[in-house]
Amino acid sequence: MNSREITTQISKAADFLNLKKWDYGASFSNDYSVQVDKGEAKQLKASQKQILTIRVWNQSNLVGITTTSDISESGIKKALKQANIASDFGNKNESTEFSPLAKDPIKVKEVKKRNPVGIKKLLTVLREAEVKLLESHESIKSVPYNGLSESFFERVYANSEGAFRSYSKSQAALYLYARAEENNKKPRSSGSVKLGYGADDIDIESCIKEASNKTISHLNYSSIKTDKYLICFSPESFLTIINAFSSMFNARSIIDGVSLSNKNSIGEKLSTEALNIYDDGLHEKNISSTPFDGEGTPTKRLCLINRGRIENFIHSESTARIFKTTPTGHAGLGSKVSVSPDWIVVEKSDENIDLKTSLDHSTYEGEFVYIEELNAIHAGVRASQGSFSLPFDGWLYKNGKKISIESATVAGDIKYLLKNIVNIESSQEVTTSGISPHIWVDELSITGDA
Amino acid sequence: MLSSQIKSNEIVFGSCNKDLLEEIIFYGIGLGADFVEIFIENTDNSSVLAEEDFITSVSPSFGRGAGIRIFKGKKDGFVSTNDLTKHGLMRSVSQAIEMLDITDNKREIFNGLNKHRDYSLSKKKWINEVPSIHEISEKLLVSTKSLKKNNKIITRKGSYSRNLQEVIIASSDGTYVSDIRLHQTVGLNVIASEAQYRSSGSRRFGSSGMPNEFRLWDHEKAANDVFESSMNMLYADYVDAGQMPVVLANKFGGVIFHEACGHLLETTQIERGTTPFENKLNEKIAHESVTAIDEGISEGSFGSLSVDDEGMEPEKSVLIKDGILKKFISDRAGELRTGHKRTGSGRRQNYSFAAASRMRNTYIAKGEHSKEDLINSISEGLYCKSMGGGSVGATGQFNFAVEEGYLIKNGKLTSPVKGATLIGEAKEVMPKISMCGNDLELAPGFCGSISGSVNVTVGQPHIKVDSITVGGR
Repeated sequence: MNSREITTQISKAADFLNLKKWDYGASFSNDYSVQVDKGEAKQLKASQKQILTIRVWNQSNLVGITTTSDISESGIKKALKQANIASDFGNKNESTEFSPLAKDPIKVKEVKKRNPVGIKKLLTVLREAEVKLLESHESIKSVPYNGLSESFFERVYANSEGAFRSYSKSQAALYLYARAEENNKKPRSSGSVKLGYGADDIDIESCIKEASNKTISHLNYSSIKTDKYLICFSPESFLTIINAFSSMFNARSIIDGVSLSNKNSIGEKLSTEALNIYDDGLHEKNISSTPFDGEGTPTKRLCLINRGRIENFIHSESTARIFKTTPTGHAGLGSKVSVSPDWIVVEKSDENIDLKTSLDHSTYEGEFVYIEELNAIHAGVRASQGSFSLPFDGWLYKNGKKISIESATVAGDIKYLLKNIVNIESSQEVTTSGISPHIWVDELSITGDA
Repeated sequence: MLSSQIKSNEIVFGSCNKDLLEEIIFYGIGLGADFVEIFIENTDNSSVLAEEDFITSVSPSFGRGAGIRIFKGKKDGFVSTNDLTKHGLMRSVSQAIEMLDITDNKREIFNGLNKHRDYSLSKKKWINEVPSIHEISEKLLVSTKSLKKNNKIITRKGSYSRNLQEVIIASSDGTYVSDIRLHQTVGLNVIASEAQYRSSGSRRFGSSGMPNEFRLWDHEKAANDVFESSMNMLYADYVDAGQMPVVLANKFGGVIFHEACGHLLETTQIERGTTPFENKLNEKIAHESVTAIDEGISEGSFGSLSVDDEGMEPEKSVLIKDGILKKFISDRAGELRTGHKRTGSGRRQNYSFAAASRMRNTYIAKGEHSKEDLINSISEGLYCKSMGGGSVGATGQFNFAVEEGYLIKNGKLTSPVKGATLIGEAKEVMPKISMCGNDLELAPGFCGSISGSVNVTVGQPHIKVDSITVGGR
């Protein structure tokens, strides 16, 4: 069944069950991936997946939901029946409706359609990449984590009031994580990830170069003394922190009492006036963009922090209604509709005279810690409390020298971090999770082994 | 006509599918596969969320699919599909064969499937014995109400999920098994707040194969435990960072062994060359007080199973005996690629993942000391009563959050501290586990790795680590 036929099938089955109001989200995907081990194919994988999530409203306007991978006629009927049963337990305390924007026009990025290059081509490309990475430095002994994949999928949203949205896209990903070993030293590992609309679009050479350079740069390492340091966050690591604490901008989290913000936090000063943060799912550099969310609301650019102050929250239909505003295109379809950011863009505002612009990661000669990548986010972040304690990969810059830091964590409080931003570099970098410049923060605690 | 006599063109759960499965396997072998494995599942899941005094989410889901794995030499091709018709399964076999680029004329022999081993016979009634959504909702609401003990508790949550998975596994070595797995888990969470202070508390409980377990769950005890934890931590200061001795509590304290050492004993890590223990079999890798076990047989434990996802009954594997490395955790691919015998540990989240060597119920065996012995032996250190999550990096470095911690001074527990993180490497920490308590207990958890998220149990008695890096402020 194609998406139009599924809509018709759901409509018929809903009529049969006397269900007047329903909506659904569906995704259909074909994925292909390869992994290699020292020139040999290790695992080659293909999958065909389909997922359908149906919501129904009963006569008391309570919502029930069911998710299934069985998109046959009988599967759809069963899903509607189960959703109807589940609606008896619908949330009486917070109603859910269709998004008022579910029929608004959507902006679809014009991307040339890619076709699968096929497993054999993926395998050849990955083998060659592995060889080049192994040959790039004598200390790189293996590439234990590697993969090249391509996915082709369609997302659909439709409801009983005639909304129908469908969007097809493709995405490919290459990751290379190398392991370097030298005598009498601990193994060191680092890597790189690159995305593209198709396998042919991925910048393979830059992925190899980046994985090699990053791994080699950690070969000479030393432990660091536990203390407070001036920190330079790489674009990737700063975006990791912002995403980890995105509940500050999340209306669902605010309603649930798990955010550091509250309903009255719009306008609250969080940081230097030099800081602007946007959520921009449709950004031209966002390979993973989708033009509508799980409730069919169009995706759009939204300012979260304007000149250091909270400007907007991200919303679903129901949170927007509670906050007396409009949905922002950040909803995930579920029994309890989730809200999450798409793609964060960090930039320097016009109000930046208080920044210490001499702090530039490529020229600054004083002592500082450069945090390249933060790890173990799920373990080390207490979003509801605002605290974090995270291991990281990075370097200590001291006396004009740079040395990789062995086994250390950075700890602090997100509000303290944002308030102590001392510089926002001018040049932004594109990462897989957004865009950001390098960000400098004063006086964060680092725990090391020294 | 008996169902077993029906020659179906589609997999039918609850019926004999032998003819169809044999046809699919013959097809794969005929195309040049060394080995063909078919994993088929049918799932029926439910989850319920209670927040404050309301049910805010009820999420049923169901689905079915197949994962087909073909080996040629040491290479494997894996294809997953929702299409359980003969045509769909054969197409998947063809796709896997094509991916492997099989060109030689060598043909393995397939002698048909063995006698059906049906582990599901006594389990078919489970679906009717598990609590209804109504019953679950009522108990969850009572549980969240129990958390409402003072006005500092600002959020209260109770969550339940039930996964019922029916599987059929058939492969060209004759394996033909069916099973039904039931997992139930329930958790409570609170956030406490007063002025600028905030804390959280959480506990999770879980079982396998015990439909009545949720009814027996002592929600009052759980609520008291979570409440006390959040209150104890509400005004806690941040811990000072540094190297110090620590005592890790029993139950979920075992997550450190699971993450930091257990994963390094999976054959997938040998295949990748990422375990420091690869050539250490029968060598000392831990303090002599440490014996560590991985098994899938403890009745009702979250990581127990009648048969693994490759059709092998799970064994009890003594991984480390008195500090000496004795065994690795292995699956079919692990045995093929590393030579370590299978241990009944081939596991996967669902049909869309190929099985891999994964832990089941993994724990450090009990020792002879009391909890007090361990704490009394430390003049200044940290007691980690409740652990949060953690992870292990590509070079074996681990990092774990301490959810509830207390300073130890002169052999006594003193003030609560927050923000602690334990950092280290298994190779360096295992020899520093110098004392094991006599109070082994297990706790359920979810483990995410190469073959998806699987149910596991972690566990240990109280243990003392002589020195470890504690991250803090």
